[in-house]
Amino acid sequence: MNLDLFLQYVVAGITYGTIYGIVAIGFNIIYNTTGIINFAQGEFVMLGGMTAVTLARVLPLPAAILVAVLVTTVVGALIEILFIRWLRHPSVLRMIVITIGLSILIREVALHIWGEGVRALPYFTGTSVTSIRLGGVYISPQVLWVVGISAVVVAILGGFFRYTLLGMQMRACAANRDAARLCGISAKNMVTLSFMLSAGIGALGGCIVSPITYVSYDSGVPLAIKGFTVAILGGLGNSAASAGAGMLLGILESFSVSVLPAAYKDVISVAILLVILFVRPSGLFGSAEVARLKEF
Amino acid sequence: MNENRPESGKVRHLPAGSPGFYGNRDTQRGGGGQLMTKEGEMRGKIGVIIGIVAFALFLGAGVQAAEPIRVGAILAVTGGASFLGGPESRTLEMLVEEVNAKGGIKGHKVELFIMDSEGKPEKAVSFAKQLIEEKKVLAILGPSTSGETMQIKGLAEEAKTILLSCAAAEVIVNPVAKWVFKTPQKDSDAIQAIFNQMKEMKITKIGVLSGNTGFGKAGKGQIEKLAPENGITIVANEVYDKASTDLTAEVTKVKAAGAEAILNWSIVPAQSIVIKNARQIGFVGPIFQSHGFGNIKYVAAAGAAAEGVIFPAGRLLVADVLPASNPQKAVLVKYKNDYEKKYKEDASTFGGHAYDAFMILAKAIEKAGSTDKEKVRDTIETMRGFIGTGGVFDFSAEDHNGLDIDAFELLTVKNGKFAIY
Repeated sequence: MNLDLFLQYVVAGITYGTIYGIVAIGFNIIYNTTGIINFAQGEFVMLGGMTAVTLARVLPLPAAILVAVLVTTVVGALIEILFIRWLRHPSVLRMIVITIGLSILIREVALHIWGEGVRALPYFTGTSVTSIRLGGVYISPQVLWVVGISAVVVAILGGFFRYTLLGMQMRACAANRDAARLCGISAKNMVTLSFMLSAGIGALGGCIVSPITYVSYDSGVPLAIKGFTVAILGGLGNSAASAGAGMLLGILESFSVSVLPAAYKDVISVAILLVILFVRPSGLFGSAEVARLKEF
Repeated sequence: MNENRPESGKVRHLPAGSPGFYGNRDTQRGGGGQLMTKEGEMRGKIGVIIGIVAFALFLGAGVQAAEPIRVGAILAVTGGASFLGGPESRTLEMLVEEVNAKGGIKGHKVELFIMDSEGKPEKAVSFAKQLIEEKKVLAILGPSTSGETMQIKGLAEEAKTILLSCAAAEVIVNPVAKWVFKTPQKDSDAIQAIFNQMKEMKITKIGVLSGNTGFGKAGKGQIEKLAPENGITIVANEVYDKASTDLTAEVTKVKAAGAEAILNWSIVPAQSIVIKNARQIGFVGPIFQSHGFGNIKYVAAAGAAAEGVIFPAGRLLVADVLPASNPQKAVLVKYKNDYEKKYKEDASTFGGHAYDAFMILAKAIEKAGSTDKEKVRDTIETMRGFIGTGGVFDFSAEDHNGLDIDAFELLTVKNGKFAIY
């Protein structure tokens, strides 16, 4: 394998990795506040993409994306307020069942609104065949957009959870809900906020990856599965770790194609996930001590 | 009952396990006054009520002259193969409405049951059983995908029920099964048409990509079989997951293997992703696709990357530009205009497969002058020169597809539209 080819596989891996990573970030936010996995996360991604595609017909692209993100954020808030806030004893298992149910519900609603067609936003820069040539390596400008926006999102989120009062309140709820409430934090509002935040980021992810991956009413699930894998791989709750784990998984998948038949690509990722769960259940970048204190 | 469509009256969508499904069964028992004692009293009462309501609806619909012809359809209306099943089910609804408005076939109205299999073989199997045993249909139209069709082929044979598949794989009718027919063109003919073009372009080394679906697997098998006969070497042969979101690594491998052209065989959205990624990494050779590419939505999804893609397809996509002398012109233009007027979306060849399946059945019933399964089947088998959207069908005891390589036209994409290559 020559250097150009090697780098081309790396670029392919980075493309996969950032797509997985941005989906994984949404899982982390809700996990950080509630300690649960929101299995409807893939549907937020889909909703964002679909809404933006619809709006892009009448609005300029940045405005369409902005409105799509806001709309999905509102959907996230409504879901929490309507379905989750009123639970008396929100156990982990119950929340999981509810989010799986919601994911099916959202998918069916989307099917009724948009039908079964495949859509995509236009490429932000150039067209679907444009690529930037660096030596012998070709990179689609959309990949750079996805990498750039993901990096900004990770940085902002990191700062938000670490340095702002609101972010710290959200983290406090995840660490110990009762103690957080004793300190005067409204746990319920924090959960709502976390759903809004992850819906919004999911939607943003859906918008920026849609030119690459396309979006249809059922495109959320495959993305969510990979995103979930990556979130676990990196260590649940850590957005920067997710981004890193996404890259790692993407590049591994990409190189697996170079040596094995492409059909084994997913086998590789699942095998890696299993190994990680056996050897380091807290994830690649997670701390075992912290993981022991967590409920789930 | 909740799924009943008041505007068409005769078309029912019955997903398994829905209230409509059971409600309907109750209707039959309640309406016939033969309530089983084992069933709970409450359930019985509901049955009677539904029965009365159904009877009232029946009266409202007007007195029917003859017993309706019951036809089943198993289509992937939703799910991953919905771009096949969607247009197919809409086409059937349109046709049934049209036929019934004209008084039915030989005085018999058509009662159509569309089952949404979501493209899943296990669902197709249970729907096939339901249609055969419970609905006692004359024929089943569909399924949309090859995988599903192969699963229910045996059922249709056993129950002596006509199966008119809308799926492409050649294995459906080769070897011939007595009761099984299919309307889409054979994939071996599609591949031969592509190889003929490759030979003309002096291409000898190709990279093959295929999706891990029934259609992809069947196509891959045929490509591997036909390539040596045509003097074509396969230098890379990759199968990808149908839910793939990016295929840069796969096309990189194909390009590195020195392929002069890429031949992709799939019916999933990934077929648009393949051409995009291939162009992005700087692959400049021609890209060939299967007849599964014949959906303008995929062209739109792939954007500029779709330009110049070569693929074989039925003539529906270029109906407007066909010469008037073409025997299919009238049928194609009528179907296309009717469909596009009613549903405000572009007609696709897939809807055309359902059109052909229904029209062949209707014609056979008319010709046989009977709704006897055996007679209708025999009539289909001897039908020759039937002009459909997929081509001119010449059925025989050995050929249950009835189409040959002439049914294909090589098409390409020019300025975001299909054009004859």
